[in-house]
Amino acid sequence: MAGREPFRQHRGRVAPLKRNHVDTDQIIPKQFLKRIERSGFGPFLFHDWKKDPAFVLNQPRYAGASILVAGVNFGCGSSREHAPWALLDAGFRVVIAPSFADIFRNNAIGNGMLPVALPEAAVEIIFERAAREDGYALDVDLERGEVRDSFGLCEPFTIDSSSRQRLLEGKDEIDLILLHESDITAYERRAEPAL
Amino acid sequence: MRAPRTLLDKVWDAHVVRELEDGRTLIYIDRHLVHEVTSPQAFEGLRLSGRKVRRPDLTIATVDHNVPTSPNRHLPIADPLARQQVETLRDNAVAFGVPLYDFDSGKQGIVHVIGPELGLTLPGTTIVCGDSHTSTHGAFGALAFGIGTSEVEHVLATQCLAQSKPKAMRVTFTGTLSNGVTAKDVALALMGRLGVSGGSGHALELAGPLIDSLSMEQRMTICNMSIEAGARSAMIAPDQTTISFLEGRLHAPKGADWTAAVAKWKELKSDPGARFDAEVTIDVAELAPLVTWGTRPDMVGPVTGRVPDPKDAASEGDARAMERALTYMGLTPGMAIEDVPVDRVFIGSCTNARIEDLRSAASVAKGHHVNTRVRAMVVPGSQKVKLDAEREGLDKIFAAAGFEWREPGCSMCLGMNDDVLGEGERCASTSNRNFEGRQGSGGRTHLVSPAMAAAAAIEGRFTDVRQWEYR
Repeated sequence: MAGREPFRQHRGRVAPLKRNHVDTDQIIPKQFLKRIERSGFGPFLFHDWKKDPAFVLNQPRYAGASILVAGVNFGCGSSREHAPWALLDAGFRVVIAPSFADIFRNNAIGNGMLPVALPEAAVEIIFERAAREDGYALDVDLERGEVRDSFGLCEPFTIDSSSRQRLLEGKDEIDLILLHESDITAYERRAEPAL
Repeated sequence: MRAPRTLLDKVWDAHVVRELEDGRTLIYIDRHLVHEVTSPQAFEGLRLSGRKVRRPDLTIATVDHNVPTSPNRHLPIADPLARQQVETLRDNAVAFGVPLYDFDSGKQGIVHVIGPELGLTLPGTTIVCGDSHTSTHGAFGALAFGIGTSEVEHVLATQCLAQSKPKAMRVTFTGTLSNGVTAKDVALALMGRLGVSGGSGHALELAGPLIDSLSMEQRMTICNMSIEAGARSAMIAPDQTTISFLEGRLHAPKGADWTAAVAKWKELKSDPGARFDAEVTIDVAELAPLVTWGTRPDMVGPVTGRVPDPKDAASEGDARAMERALTYMGLTPGMAIEDVPVDRVFIGSCTNARIEDLRSAASVAKGHHVNTRVRAMVVPGSQKVKLDAEREGLDKIFAAAGFEWREPGCSMCLGMNDDVLGEGERCASTSNRNFEGRQGSGGRTHLVSPAMAAAAAIEGRFTDVRQWEYR
C-alpha cells in the first residue's frame, strides 16, 4: 500500500451525529463487507440509519460535510477497516468525539483520517452551533492541535505524538517497519527456538 | 533487582523488536490468523507493491465469516460476492504459500475456535487476526488482539506491528457460580460492570479464584467478550488447566520441546507486587443468568428482572440511549424479562460454539422440544467440534428436540451468510453483539448463555435455567 496523503489542516462543514457508542455495524453493516476492494463503501455508510428521512446525513443542510461530530466511544465493535474506508469514501476527513474505540481510532489514523478527542462540553457546543448555523464549519489544525470555528470556539486537543507524526507525514507503514529489517532478522534468530 | 512485572509486561517485553522514533514499539507477531473478509485488500496490497508474505509458516488461514452453514455447502456458494471472497482467499493462499484450512481439511472453523483446538494458540505468544474477537486467545496467556486490514498487510509483509503498549487492568473474580450460571454470564456481568468503553486503552488480566476454577472453554468465552468492554485484549495466566488442554494438540510442541515449553509457561504470570493501571473486583456469588435487553452488550440484567425504565437512567444521555434501544427492541419498561417471547434461537459463534457450550445446551434440550413459535439452530464452531459432538450423540439430542444441526462458521453472529434475522424477529443468541441490525436488518438480539438459549428455544420465551427440569 502506498503512503497516505499527509494531514495538516482541514476546513470543512460539520455533520452532527448526536449519538454515543456508534458501532461499526451501524457505520458499515456486514452485508457490505463482501467487496474485495478498499473503495466503493461510501454509498453504504450508515445504511440502516439512512432509511430514516430525518437522519442527519439525509438532511440537505449537512450535504457535503467532511467533519463528522459524534458522542462518546465512536467506532466501537468490530475491527473492520471498512468503517474508516466508508467514512473517507463518503467525504469525511475528520471525526470529532469525546472518545473513540481503540481499533477504529488506529484504523482511521492508518488511513489518514483524523480522530479528534474533544471534551464533551466542546462537542455539545459544536452540536448546538451545527444545528443552528447553516453551513457551520470548523478548522481542524493538527499542527497546532486546535479546533476553531468563526464564532470564537478555539478548543485545543491532544493526540499522542506517534499518531500525530504518522498523520503529518503520511508515510507508508510497511516501508517504515522495513527500515528495521536487520532488527527483525536479529529478533527472529534470537527468538525462533521459543515457538 | 528487576521491578515486578505483569503478565502483559512479560509477553510484551519478549516481543520487542525495537523502539521506534515516533514513540511506538515494533513488536514481533508469532501467529497471524487470516480469514476471507478482512484479508483480500491486504493481499492485493502485497501484490501491488511486489511484496511477499514474510512468514507463511506463522500464518494460518481459514474460511468462516461468510460461509454457508447448510449441508450442501460443498457446492459453489450461491451469493456471488461471498463466493468471490472465499475464492479470493483460496487463490491468495496458493499464490502466497499460506496454509489454508478449507472445507475439505476437516479443520475448518471459526478462526478463534480452531486456533486453540489445533494448538496454534500458545501461552506467551503474540497473536493477531483481522477480527476484534482475537482477544479470545488471551485465555492461554497470549497477547492477542484484533487488527484492521492495513495492519493485516503489515504483518503479512513484515511479521511485525508498530504498536503503543496498552495499559494494564486486572479484573479479579471472586465467588463461585450457582448451577446454571456460566462463563457467558460472567462475561456479561463484566460488560455490565465496565460498560462498553470501560476497558478502552487497556489489556485486561482476568484473575482470581473463579478464573482458576474455569475450563479453557469457559475462559475463552470471557476473554472473547473483553472487546465488548472496549479492551482489545484480555489475558489469563497459564496453569495446569491450560497445559492439559494443549498437550497433544496438532501444532503444540512435542517431546523435549513440550517439556521446555511447559517449564517456561509455568513462569508466565504477574509477579507479586506488579503494578496495574487499574484494578476491578467482581464477585459472582449472587450472579443470576443474564439477558441483554438493549442494543449494547452492557445493557444487561438478570433473567429474573424487568426491562428497565429510562426514567431511572443516571443521565439524560443514558435515558435517550435507553429509549432508543427499547424502541428498537420493541420492549416496554417494567416488562418481566421472562415474559419476553423469542422467535429465533442461535447457538454458536466464537463466544459459545465449543464442545462444552454444546454439551451445556444439549443437557437442557434433552427430552424437550423446541417451541412451535421458534426456529432454533446450532452451529458448531469448527469441523472438529461438530465431529466430537456427533461422537457424543449431541447432534441426535438436538435433532430430536427440533434444533437444526448445521455446518461450522460464524453464521448468525454477524449474518454475513444466509443465516439472518428478519425485520422485527427476536433472537436468543449465544453470540457477542446485540447492536442494531447485527444479526439482520431490524433483527432484535438478546445475548445469553448456551443453556439459557436452549431453554428459551423450548419455552418460546426467556426462562431462568436455574429452575430447569433436566430429563
